[in-house]
Amino acid sequence: MATEILMPALSPTMEEGTLAKWLVKEGDTVSSGDIMCEIETDKATMEFEAVDEGVIGKILIEEGTEGVKVNTAIAVLLEEGEDASAAENVSSQAPAEAPSDAPAAARESKPAEAKAPPAPETDMTPDWPEGTKLKKQTVREALRDAMAEEMRRDENVFLMGEEVAEYQGAYKISQGLLDEFGAKRIIDTPITEHGFAGIGVGAAFGGLRPIVEFMTWNFAMQAIDHILNSAAKTLYMSGGQMGAPMVFRGPNGAAARVGAQHSQDYAAWYMQIPGLKVVMPYSASDAKGLMKTAIRDPNPVVFLENEIMYGKSFDVPDVEDYTVPFGKARIWREGSDVTIVSFGIGMTYALEAAEKLAAEGIEAEVIDLRTLRPMDTASIIKSVMKTNRCVTVEEGWPQGSVGNYISSVIMQEAFDYLDAPVINCTGKDVPMPYAANLEKLALLTTDEVIAAVKKVTYK
Amino acid sequence: MAAKKPTKKTNASAEELKAYYKDMLLIRRFEEKAGQLYGMGLIGGFCHLYIGQEAVVVGLEATAKEGDSRITTYRDHGHMLACGMNPDGVMAELTGREGGYSRGKGGSMHMFSKEKRFYGGHGIVGANVPLGAGVAFADKYKGNDNVTFTYFGDGAANQGQVYETFNMAALWKLPVIFVIENNQYAMGTSQQRSTSSAEIWERGKAFGIPGEAVDGMDVLAVKDAGERAVKHARSGEGPYILEIKTYRYRGHSMSDPAKYRTREEVQKMRDERDPIEQVRNILLENKYATEDDLKAIDKEIKQVVNDSAEFAKNSPEPAPEELWTDIYATEVPQEA
Ligand SMILES: Cc1ncc(C[n+]2csc(CCOP(=O)(O)OP(=O)(O)O)c2C)c(N)n1
Ligand SMILES: [Mg+2]
Repeated sequence: MATEILMPALSPTMEEGTLAKWLVKEGDTVSSGDIMCEIETDKATMEFEAVDEGVIGKILIEEGTEGVKVNTAIAVLLEEGEDASAAENVSSQAPAEAPSDAPAAARESKPAEAKAPPAPETDMTPDWPEGTKLKKQTVREALRDAMAEEMRRDENVFLMGEEVAEYQGAYKISQGLLDEFGAKRIIDTPITEHGFAGIGVGAAFGGLRPIVEFMTWNFAMQAIDHILNSAAKTLYMSGGQMGAPMVFRGPNGAAARVGAQHSQDYAAWYMQIPGLKVVMPYSASDAKGLMKTAIRDPNPVVFLENEIMYGKSFDVPDVEDYTVPFGKARIWREGSDVTIVSFGIGMTYALEAAEKLAAEGIEAEVIDLRTLRPMDTASIIKSVMKTNRCVTVEEGWPQGSVGNYISSVIMQEAFDYLDAPVINCTGKDVPMPYAANLEKLALLTTDEVIAAVKKVTYK
Repeated sequence: MAAKKPTKKTNASAEELKAYYKDMLLIRRFEEKAGQLYGMGLIGGFCHLYIGQEAVVVGLEATAKEGDSRITTYRDHGHMLACGMNPDGVMAELTGREGGYSRGKGGSMHMFSKEKRFYGGHGIVGANVPLGAGVAFADKYKGNDNVTFTYFGDGAANQGQVYETFNMAALWKLPVIFVIENNQYAMGTSQQRSTSSAEIWERGKAFGIPGEAVDGMDVLAVKDAGERAVKHARSGEGPYILEIKTYRYRGHSMSDPAKYRTREEVQKMRDERDPIEQVRNILLENKYATEDDLKAIDKEIKQVVNDSAEFAKNSPEPAPEELWTDIYATEVPQEA
């Protein structure tokens, strides 16, 4: 049967091209791999090979013709032994539908109907019932206990990272874990973030539940490809067949006097990625409850801790299995004059500012987001509808900050409730300096939060 | 197109040889069809064909047992067919349709099969190397004797994470086989212009990882070397490197004009070393098969490939709701 040879698409974007030169003529026999013609695209001149065997029955497009559309018949191929007259009477191989532009059509019709799931209703239940026995614990101890409890619960959970085992953790978060769980499950790695993050993701593909510790999140930039491209996207790219149930954790943000390369807050970076969950606890009870939830979560979780917070003590429920759900903000303080939204170490400034403001008669409602993805925007909106004003507080840089996103959500969902523009309190837009005085200036302060609140309350 | 090299004596049985012939031919014909569908605009984006390299996966898959895993790069169609994934599902993923392995959401470069323990299909050069070692890590942790075939290119062999992985794989004795598919080019850059060592596998020596160079146009040589590698890794001795010298006939991807090498270079390889022709000649010379037997196989393969193309054309595009599915799991995907 004679078949048409069609003008091929030779690049992801090609729609037409020039048929520069024929290298075969009518009557020639071609076999798979033989070059039939040269085609010029906008980028290059490409050789077009025969796929099927046969005889060139008729050339339909002269060489030198410009603007030949993809899928135009350019020649007719006859099967061996077939008569040239068959060339007049060909079966068209042109695709019945026109799928080359189908994706574009599909794109147009979709955004309107396909909407992101709505934000959850706000859940105001307290983290623990009244009367629960509490104990004082540091964030450090809470994190260790959470990992140990989950490792007892599931033998597929293991911890890997630099200095996590014999050294007991660079920040002593894994203190005692090697003793209890042994070297099979508490694994010292070489200093090789890119490599061990990838091995961790592969182990998660293979059915384990890795906890990958980064000595600090600054070093995870060497591994960010695996966090995003390998861990976050695989569930989607595999049509739900496999993913990376695992936790990436370590201290994030500024410590003290360690300079620019060791002092970055990555909250806004990771918060952007669909497929990741992002946690940034403030208190010890949240560190514990959220870490346990993170380890059990079937998705990759970025868990952003803070070195300065490690030694701070909080009440932690003294119960067997304390967990905190993702996507549920905690309201630390109720108030009617302004909403202060923060997370992680930013809560220190938010709560201190609220105390001081209360002394001046301004009642702030302070919301700790706890998880940035999913983010409990419903709780923010609900609060702003009451207070009509909002200040966000975070340690990271201003451009593309978490606060920027919150502001846009408030604008879209509670614009008519706002009595003042939202202010984002952030770290200064500079690399972290080393000098003590400059570092102080670069960091966020309680006074800045107070000033922002006064501005939005017109006080 | 006859292979000029005298055919070697072989212990391979007629059945075995016919199976290799068939498996390699399936990949060749499938890729030719994919190239055609790309030309028709049915396949979009990047599409990297495996034509010329068929003996690599077919030879190595012959050494695998149930439970073993494989992971590779974006040049992945051959690997999927060789491990037994359904050509219909692979082709439909190339056309971005609902019937594809990833329901159209992965495309040519990102496909997976939990069932066949095929861990992708990865678009970032070098990234699949630690991922493969991680799959091997999981097997060792669980205490089974499975191995993971981790395929990557000569170009990928210059990524730092490959050596980070060599180090840990050797240190922890991970049951992983590193398969360097050296097709001499990384896009337009030849090995000579990019790589300080002529023998890439020798880099493993610095980590104490044994390895060898293999003639990748000879499926029997690949299988032979594969058996040594598998034996080593399966018995708990740690990783092994196979640098398989192969060649891709087509451009790097569909849009590569391939001006960095001569037409003669490609033609010579096709004429003298073609992996499929080599097996074909052994089959005929040893009278393991007649021309008619082989014609029957050709016909059968052609049918399978044509059916896959039909399936891939007719399978519907994914429903708009699919945009929002598979971003988060609600439960852990169960181990196959
Ligand atoms: C990290 C990264 N850098 C660059 C690219 C673009 N790229 C895709 S394939 C390729 C060449 C790789 O060659 P090789 O590893 O020899 O594999 P082959 O294509 O020959 O199979 C390049 C540079 C990429 N996908 N990822
Ligand atoms: Mg290459």
